[in-house]
Amino acid sequence: MNVSNLLKIALRAINNNKLRSFLTMLGIIIGVGSVIAMLAIGQGSKKSIQEQISEMGSNMIMVHPGNNERMGGGVRMNSSEMQTLKNADYEAIVSKCTRYLSAVSPMVSSSGQMIYGNNNYPTSVTGVSQDYLEIRKLTVEKGDVFTDQDIASSAKVCVIGKTIVDNLFTNQEDPIGKVVRFGKVPFTVVGVLAAKGYNSMGQDQDAVVLAPYTTIQKRVSNVTYLGSIYASAKEESQTSKAIDEISEVLRENHKIKDGADDDFSVRSQEELSSMMTSTTDMMTILLACIAGISLLVGGIGIMNIMYVSVTERTREIGLRMSVGARGVDILAQFLIEAILISVTGGLIGVVLGVGASYALTTILGWPVYIQPYSVLLSFLVCTLTGVFFGWYPAKRASEMDPIEAIRYE
Amino acid sequence: MERKSNKKPIIELRNVKRDFVVGDEVVHALRGVSFSIYEGEFVTIMGTSGSGKSTLLNALGCLDTPTSGEYYLDGVEVRTMNKNERAILRNRKIGFVFQNYNLLAKTTSVENVELPLMYNSSISAEERHERAVKALMAVGLGERLNHKSNQMSGGQQQRVAIARALVNDPVIILADEATGNLDSRTSFEILVLFQELHAKGRTIIFVTHNPELSQYSSRNIRLRDGQVVEDTINEHISSAKEALDALPPVKD
Ligand SMILES: Nc1ncnc2c1ncn2[C@@H]1O[C@H](COP(=O)(O)OP(=O)(O)OP(=O)(O)O)[C@@H](O)[C@H]1O
Ligand SMILES: [Mg+2]
Repeated sequence: MNVSNLLKIALRAINNNKLRSFLTMLGIIIGVGSVIAMLAIGQGSKKSIQEQISEMGSNMIMVHPGNNERMGGGVRMNSSEMQTLKNADYEAIVSKCTRYLSAVSPMVSSSGQMIYGNNNYPTSVTGVSQDYLEIRKLTVEKGDVFTDQDIASSAKVCVIGKTIVDNLFTNQEDPIGKVVRFGKVPFTVVGVLAAKGYNSMGQDQDAVVLAPYTTIQKRVSNVTYLGSIYASAKEESQTSKAIDEISEVLRENHKIKDGADDDFSVRSQEELSSMMTSTTDMMTILLACIAGISLLVGGIGIMNIMYVSVTERTREIGLRMSVGARGVDILAQFLIEAILISVTGGLIGVVLGVGASYALTTILGWPVYIQPYSVLLSFLVCTLTGVFFGWYPAKRASEMDPIEAIRYE
Repeated sequence: MERKSNKKPIIELRNVKRDFVVGDEVVHALRGVSFSIYEGEFVTIMGTSGSGKSTLLNALGCLDTPTSGEYYLDGVEVRTMNKNERAILRNRKIGFVFQNYNLLAKTTSVENVELPLMYNSSISAEERHERAVKALMAVGLGERLNHKSNQMSGGQQQRVAIARALVNDPVIILADEATGNLDSRTSFEILVLFQELHAKGRTIIFVTHNPELSQYSSRNIRLRDGQVVEDTINEHISSAKEALDALPPVKD
């Protein structure tokens, strides 16, 4: 018996029981549809987090004081542990880690009110070096960045973002050369950053004020330590080497003995990204499991209906055998029927799942991302479901005794 | 029994036995049946209920394997065949007609008749259709090719079943109580059809428990308790057509 005849027979059987076939399909439709939609939601949020992190900077490496691994995330460090990074560490990194790094900047920040005339705006001033702009992919649109001279002399100059400009200079003045106050400290605006807009998390990337780090340390916060050190690796592939090198320099600087714990932590952007996406990965797995269960339930539905169908059609099976169908022909017929039902259901499910995903984006604005493999995967799974759950009923049908089957009432 | 040697034996049974084990008991449904059936014969097998007619027919139709004895169908030893070989043998050499028609539900006449050919991959779709149409014309249903089985009377359904039994050009047609579900007029119509097929040279075995039908066939075999108790040649075959015409007209 050839495949086209088998297909024809199975199609006729499905056609003779349209409603029942459709109801059987429903389980698969819902299963496949939800697997696709759930994976799309999970992948979508993962992708949006990754985008957020990559738009933060290029091949970024962050050095923070204290040992994150020892402390565990979220545990507060005491103040001495917060103060382990010094300017000397920054200078050591700049002078020694030249092989893999393209830019290094210290960072120390202070929050408060920015005041100009009658306007004020709550923000924080970030003390950095010029390299910071390269690391964070910032560009100066008007005016200039502060100079090495400004850093050396702790000059009270700053570069401000678009949001600060809009909130302080409300009557279209040119901010360059104007003096704004941060708390009691006056700063001369030397440059305005090009607007970056909101990031995908909804944060305003233009609400920034950059000043020489020495100015923040000496004139604003009166501290000698650094909040963190940021750096850019020359190539993405070099980030882990760069991290090792930075760690080595810092351990040497801090005179940490072999085997003792670091009092700082160095992390790359990818690590941060994988850390943040691990939760969404979990969520994706969870959602996919739930959807997978509904696919399984759909499969059991197929098996159930196939069993009913085999019993109901016992006489038909007997007849087919009496006119020359072999066991394998009967097996193939019912198996193909199960596969046709599950594949058709799967196709409809794919269409519905993709449709639902796009509906979620357009109506609710959820970030969704449909990976081709997830469509392929759920389609494969539903075909296998059909084979797996169709197998036993089909096998039972094929093993019937033709004489008993044809006498069956 | 002496036969003209120029006739080819289609069926040869030698001491065929069939035992069924039911619980601790053994039912001897066939207790050693031997006979030969030759090409072109129209044989009625008769006997009381439980005498083993259906068991015999199932064995002849290669649906069942005898417990012992020899069975040759068209010169082929059947008893040593496996399930698949017997399925293929049924497909190529046998036509079955059942008491309750056994048509596929909600399926047209043509598709029902095509069924045996569906399991023969050497026959193309066109040839299959052509042969189904030809078989339906032969049973007088040329006008009802695309009627579904549930849209037809019992007699018409049985004609479709006979067409289905003819479509693979079998060496023998086996009918088990083929008129059992029909009223007497329709029964005679079916009988007329069988006689026509016989006249065209078909070999037919017709199982019935109605002794009156024996006069319309060329040979009668009577079973009792799983044994052949009578095997006679009918030299004066009555015409079923005449009997049909003699029936009182249908009143409305
Ligand atoms: N599958 C089976 N299992 C056990 N016993 C069986 C089976 N099939 C038939 N028999 C027994 O074999 C004997 C012959 O049965 P069979 O069906 O051949 O009779 P029959 O002549 O066709 O009767 P009827 O005219 O009622 O159809 C009966 O005693 C029956 O009970
Ligand atoms: Mg019987």
